[in-house]
Amino acid sequence: MSCFLSNSSLGRKLVMSVSGCFLVLFILFHMSMNLVAIANAWGNHPFGLNYDAICEFLGTNWYALAGTLVLAFGVVVHIVYAFILTFQNRRARGNVRYEVTVTEKGVDWASKNMLVLGIVIVLGLALHLFNFWSKMQLVELLGHEPENGVELIRETFSNWIYVVLYLVWFAALWFHLTHGVWSMFQTVGWGNDIWYPRLKCIANIVATLVFLGFAAVVVTFFVLSLV
Amino acid sequence: MNFTLKIWRQKDAKSKGAFKEYHVKDISPDTSFLEMLDILNNDLVHAGEEPVAFDHDCREGICGMCSLHINGHAHGPEQGVTTCQIYMRQFKDGQTIVVEPWRSAAFPVIKDLVVNRSAYDQILQAGGYISVRTNSVPDGNAIPISKADADESMDAAACVGCGACAATCKNGSAMLFVAARVSSLAKLPQGRVEGARRAKAMVAKMDELGFGNCTNTGACQAECPKSISIAHIARLNREFLSAKFED
Repeated sequence: MSCFLSNSSLGRKLVMSVSGCFLVLFILFHMSMNLVAIANAWGNHPFGLNYDAICEFLGTNWYALAGTLVLAFGVVVHIVYAFILTFQNRRARGNVRYEVTVTEKGVDWASKNMLVLGIVIVLGLALHLFNFWSKMQLVELLGHEPENGVELIRETFSNWIYVVLYLVWFAALWFHLTHGVWSMFQTVGWGNDIWYPRLKCIANIVATLVFLGFAAVVVTFFVLSLV
Repeated sequence: MNFTLKIWRQKDAKSKGAFKEYHVKDISPDTSFLEMLDILNNDLVHAGEEPVAFDHDCREGICGMCSLHINGHAHGPEQGVTTCQIYMRQFKDGQTIVVEPWRSAAFPVIKDLVVNRSAYDQILQAGGYISVRTNSVPDGNAIPISKADADESMDAAACVGCGACAATCKNGSAMLFVAARVSSLAKLPQGRVEGARRAKAMVAKMDELGFGNCTNTGACQAECPKSISIAHIARLNREFLSAKFED
């Protein structure tokens, strides 16, 4: 099995598809969790929604650490396979390129730029880990008191530079998901001419929900910092 | 009509190629693209120059031999047709037309615009056939096949193996070709028997020959002269993965 997942082109694509599916589910969970922070942005806890309680629940408990490790593994696998596939694809394309190139009819820009978008996403992820994870779960692991989640969000997004950087990051994620979500169905064989428009519609809805959900937190806290 | 042609000239597989500019004049709008190249070659021969080498055979859109990359498109600007079905009326008078060979590591240039596409033959030889003895032709309706299945099989069987899919794909992937061959047989009861072995063998050969990994851009489908759908790639994925998981 390991042979097939690493030695076959379709096996490698399956790994990309499954790891991508896992990351999409995590992103949807993370986005839902972040929306609670908006509810607490004015300092109260409507309907019992408490972002700090979620942060405490996902602190350094064994299940949170296990989840973090699995997530990190998924991210690493997705990135490593992306570079392997791209390297092989460039070699297969050959050294001499076409003099004239065009965008073929019906081909999305994102589908041809997934690695570039992925690199932007990884850079954004590095910034995000520096801004939040290193000051919350990591410091707790090192035996220090983690910072308050809502207050950390408030402080970070009162700086317009971070607002711009995070929105660019979310935009790259939007483009990546518009192709990635429907593509993962195609790779496992769940696609046909009837379902392609539906799958692409689902991909656009998922990507837009993720973008709006994450961007809402950034914009809300930035606007609140102005008033 | 008059045209300026920028054509890739390469003496042989080992030589380094380059674009060379030619001018063709008084071309009838109803001249086919390949006839226009014939006229150019006639002029070159009369001028004592080496004619441009390019692949062609039936000139009816059914053999898949013509394989030119014209102004950024495999088989030219029209969708769903081969190079031989392109006519000069589809270009503007005075237009510059850039003609290139297929660009893919698996399709090395032999001379000028002719590439070696034997890699596709090798993939077919790996499993793109039915090996059971079928004896003489059976009665038309002896084996019931639903209309939908027969249509899908025939749509996939329309593939002429021209190589436009791999030549268009930014990854140099031959997935649409392999998928069309696997799919056309997988939808028929005669081909179903060897479906798992066929999918595994053809994908293994495709990988061995250095074709790239499919990233589902759909460019192959857009440029395919037979408009083969990437739905066949989904079927190939199903066939291959289910075969692997059954191992």
